[in-house]
Amino acid sequence: MLKDITLGQFFPGNSIIHKMDPRLKLVITVLYITALFMCHGPVPYIILGGILILAVALSKVGFRQVTRGLKPILILLVITTLFNVFYTNGGQVIFSWKFITITDYGVYNAFYMVLRIALLIIATFTLLTYTTSPIMLTDALESVLSPLKKIKVPVHELAMMMTIALRFIPTLLEETDKIMSAQKSRGADFESGGLIRRAKALIPILIPLFISAFRRAEELATAMECRCYNGGEGRTKLRVMKFAMRDYVILFVSLAVLALAIYSDYTCTFGVILP
Amino acid sequence: MILKTENLEYSYTEGKPTLKGLNIEIPEGQYVAILGHNGSGKSTLLKHFNAILLPTGGKVYVSGMDTSNEELLFEIRTRCGMVFQNPDNQIVATITEEDVAFGPENLGVPNPELRARVDEALKTVGMYEFRSHAPHMLSGGQKQRIAIAGIIAMRPSCIALDEPTAMLDPIGRRDVLDTIAKLNREENITVLLITHHMEEALFADRVIVMDEGTVALDGTPCEIFAQVEKMESLGLTVPNTVKLMHTLQSRGLPADLNAVTTDKAADFIARILEDKIG
Repeated sequence: MLKDITLGQFFPGNSIIHKMDPRLKLVITVLYITALFMCHGPVPYIILGGILILAVALSKVGFRQVTRGLKPILILLVITTLFNVFYTNGGQVIFSWKFITITDYGVYNAFYMVLRIALLIIATFTLLTYTTSPIMLTDALESVLSPLKKIKVPVHELAMMMTIALRFIPTLLEETDKIMSAQKSRGADFESGGLIRRAKALIPILIPLFISAFRRAEELATAMECRCYNGGEGRTKLRVMKFAMRDYVILFVSLAVLALAIYSDYTCTFGVILP
Repeated sequence: MILKTENLEYSYTEGKPTLKGLNIEIPEGQYVAILGHNGSGKSTLLKHFNAILLPTGGKVYVSGMDTSNEELLFEIRTRCGMVFQNPDNQIVATITEEDVAFGPENLGVPNPELRARVDEALKTVGMYEFRSHAPHMLSGGQKQRIAIAGIIAMRPSCIALDEPTAMLDPIGRRDVLDTIAKLNREENITVLLITHHMEEALFADRVIVMDEGTVALDGTPCEIFAQVEKMESLGLTVPNTVKLMHTLQSRGLPADLNAVTTDKAADFIARILEDKIG
């Protein structure tokens, strides 16, 4: 039952989006999100939305998977809408009843905020988690963040922690399954009772799991030491990430389109400029 | 001598030595099995050969290098690699070939050579086809062979294995032992193998039996296992074949005390029976 849990929701594939250099995907995602929050008005959003629809189509993950990714944030979207609709001042009043006033600014604000969040989530899913394996993502993060080493941010160590965490998820899940079976065979009951009783029933699983995790950590540390691990200094890498010609083209095109979106934001006359 | 201890002493807690003045010399290319009941100090001894533990008394030399010299630490660990009991707790990466690359990556081996070393190590242990698999999808024996490949990729002259077969099923055990024997035979790698399975010690060139932090017996498998009573007094058993031969001998029947492996013993008995019938 615990084996069904997947983390990061990676859909292996062979599309052009899958093959993109993960560092490029990371950078483009950040640029895209920046553009999303810089732009106002319909034209930039048509461009930005268009890019995303193209990316989703190219990734071959399927639009259904992508929209499914929006489900968990539905509540957030609803709350954002309500707050923006009721708490924006200024503009023309379209509806007023006792203390509730709705202005056209509010409606515009709400609409764009929801659009931004939805596009942001879809962009991160298609470009990053759905199409990049967790290990590639970790590598990319380490590489992109490596300039931060100069200001003493332990980038390599953080990436190593992520790798080890990813490596041990299946091992620890298996172990949890085993411990649960062992406790059940002695009559432990995890399924009945109220919330507090159920939480209490988890203690006999968590304690052995923690003890074992610490023991594993110690053994792993020894094994890593035996293999001359000494932090990131002077380390080489088996898999070298290399910018292919394709990646340069994609980078160039994305930069051009994003620039266009931001530019159109300033020149566009029929968009409503909001504070 | 690739490995040498001089009066090696070690105590985890003061006043209670785990190792009591060991003098062991192991020449290059030897396959050594280390036996002993729990708490006899065999794992502690092994951890001295790649400077995971440093002696509290005496000296340990790996290829003439003093393990207490911190500047030589990586040199020593490259020379003598170590494999542990639980394969799950020594695999670092989420893809097998990346795990094999972990050691040489730490040593800063540059890329065309790094790739060559990883591929070669994976081929040596017979796991090349599994290079892009996730380790948790492999069987225990396969994982342990990946762990061995991770050590071989560092090009050591000696491998110390601490009960590498204890958690494996019979097939996994045989695969791992075959791999170890092959490394010893074909690559002339010195092997130190701690084991609880007496049968595994039969393949070694030399058996060292430890007891209470001292060397109780040291010799070829035949010499060691011939001392059935002594072994039993040390809390160890002898392989069934050896026991069989000794029982035959004590009953006044023909016996070959050198026929320690199952195959040799079976051949010997078959020959005797044929003689009787024929």
